[in-house]
Amino acid sequence: MSLLKTALQRGEFAVTAEMAPPKGCDFSEQAAVAELLRGKVQGVNVTDMQSACLKASSLGLCIRLKQAGVEPILQVTGRDRNRMAILADLLSAAAFGIDTMLALTGDHPVVGDCKGAKPVYDLDSVGILEMLRRVEETGLDCGGNALDSKPEFFRGAVVTPVYEPVALQVAKLRRKVDAGAQYIQTQGIFETESLKRFLEAVDQAQIRVPIMAGIIPLKSAGMARYMNENVPGIAVPQDQIDALASAKEAGRKPAEVGVDMAADLIRQIRAENLCPGVHIMAIGAEKNVPIILEKAGIQ
Amino acid sequence: MIITQRKPMEDLFAMLEGVQKVALVGCGNCAAACQTGGENEVREMKALLESKGIEVVGTLVPEECCHKMLVKKELKALRDSGAQAILGMACGDGVQTVADNAEVPVYPANDTLFLGQIERVGIFHEYCRMCGDCVLGETGGICPVTRCAKGLVNGPCGGQKNGKCEVDPENDCAWILIYKRLEKLGQLHKLTGPVPDRDHDRMAHPRHINLRGKKV
Repeated sequence: MSLLKTALQRGEFAVTAEMAPPKGCDFSEQAAVAELLRGKVQGVNVTDMQSACLKASSLGLCIRLKQAGVEPILQVTGRDRNRMAILADLLSAAAFGIDTMLALTGDHPVVGDCKGAKPVYDLDSVGILEMLRRVEETGLDCGGNALDSKPEFFRGAVVTPVYEPVALQVAKLRRKVDAGAQYIQTQGIFETESLKRFLEAVDQAQIRVPIMAGIIPLKSAGMARYMNENVPGIAVPQDQIDALASAKEAGRKPAEVGVDMAADLIRQIRAENLCPGVHIMAIGAEKNVPIILEKAGIQ
Repeated sequence: MIITQRKPMEDLFAMLEGVQKVALVGCGNCAAACQTGGENEVREMKALLESKGIEVVGTLVPEECCHKMLVKKELKALRDSGAQAILGMACGDGVQTVADNAEVPVYPANDTLFLGQIERVGIFHEYCRMCGDCVLGETGGICPVTRCAKGLVNGPCGGQKNGKCEVDPENDCAWILIYKRLEKLGQLHKLTGPVPDRDHDRMAHPRHINLRGKKV
């Protein structure tokens, strides 16, 4: 059974870490980082051409991680594949023992690095979840034809807590859960107030699903400012940007300050019991994840 | 309204390379409204081509260039014109309709862009993608298939910023528009509940309609 599912069901504080496949055909760096994460996280969440930039596939790296004994989470977007190709990948993943997935709609090719590529979006995040749930329940494929064997996945989706109007985001979350999402991870959050407001709105809507907080360790003030301006749903508070900007004066590296901030935030989320776990998006600095977890007091 | 835009002149000259005598066929309907194929544009095109040494031996502006019988009839006027090619100044449908009835090559002067709303003279917005599976009843009369860059039918992606689309910040997020409209209509419940997958077999091209009940 999915390691993440088990942890969430047992009420353990679950941790997943995001990892991007290489822009090339050499997985050795990713495999080395995965070794550092082994036993420390309940899943390594492998991106599916994040930001619509061409990389090796999520499925490929997931298989590599699985063979190395590190639990992968297959990210599946609707941007590049129609329902047949998506289901084919999910069946292949299941054949390799991959049992946890995350459905996303996917950034549009226009914002990525192969701008002329055809956007597919046959299914969006909700459609992917709905199709997979139906396949699991009925053993029938997306055309209603019998499969020889059926997959079983712990199905995830994402949500953006900093969103206006929040009711629209909550309505989409409800559709995801109704379509079969069994866990949720959030866009990166940087303080708990906006997270709390969102979780209250979800609670009031009587949506019951584990929501893991998305954590992005900041590397510099420039990165924080860039994300605030360019990444939807990201809102780094000014005091954190200031702290990163003045790190050098205090004789520290900004990335170290960012690691401390991430650890503090995780500690707070856990102490206040806001979320049953966290999803860490280290964006290329995955080697810091074990340090963050140690500083956050997570064994 | 079928919205068209004229191709760059260098593209037209490239298509017409080696042609000394050409005829122009515009369209009195959509292309006229788009200022790409009405009487004025045909006259301007004639002058432009002739300034480059291409003789324009005939011009036509059928009332509707997508009307096969009408176009067939009007094209007779060009039969003895000596035109070596026709420049079609209509939409892709109009150009094909002319080509179906012509003995010489027909080249498109325009790119056909979308089915659009005319906000006012000369301002057009894409409103319908002609998907064949209308969802407007569920979305407050705002089409997410067309006006959401990803064509999402289940709600917004995470890519909007201040109500604008990640793909083109000039565009409003269709789902925020839909939310506001549904709120005004007292139909916010339509944001939840199952949405059937889009049936793409209904959109297999080319599509035909026959209201006459017999083979044409």
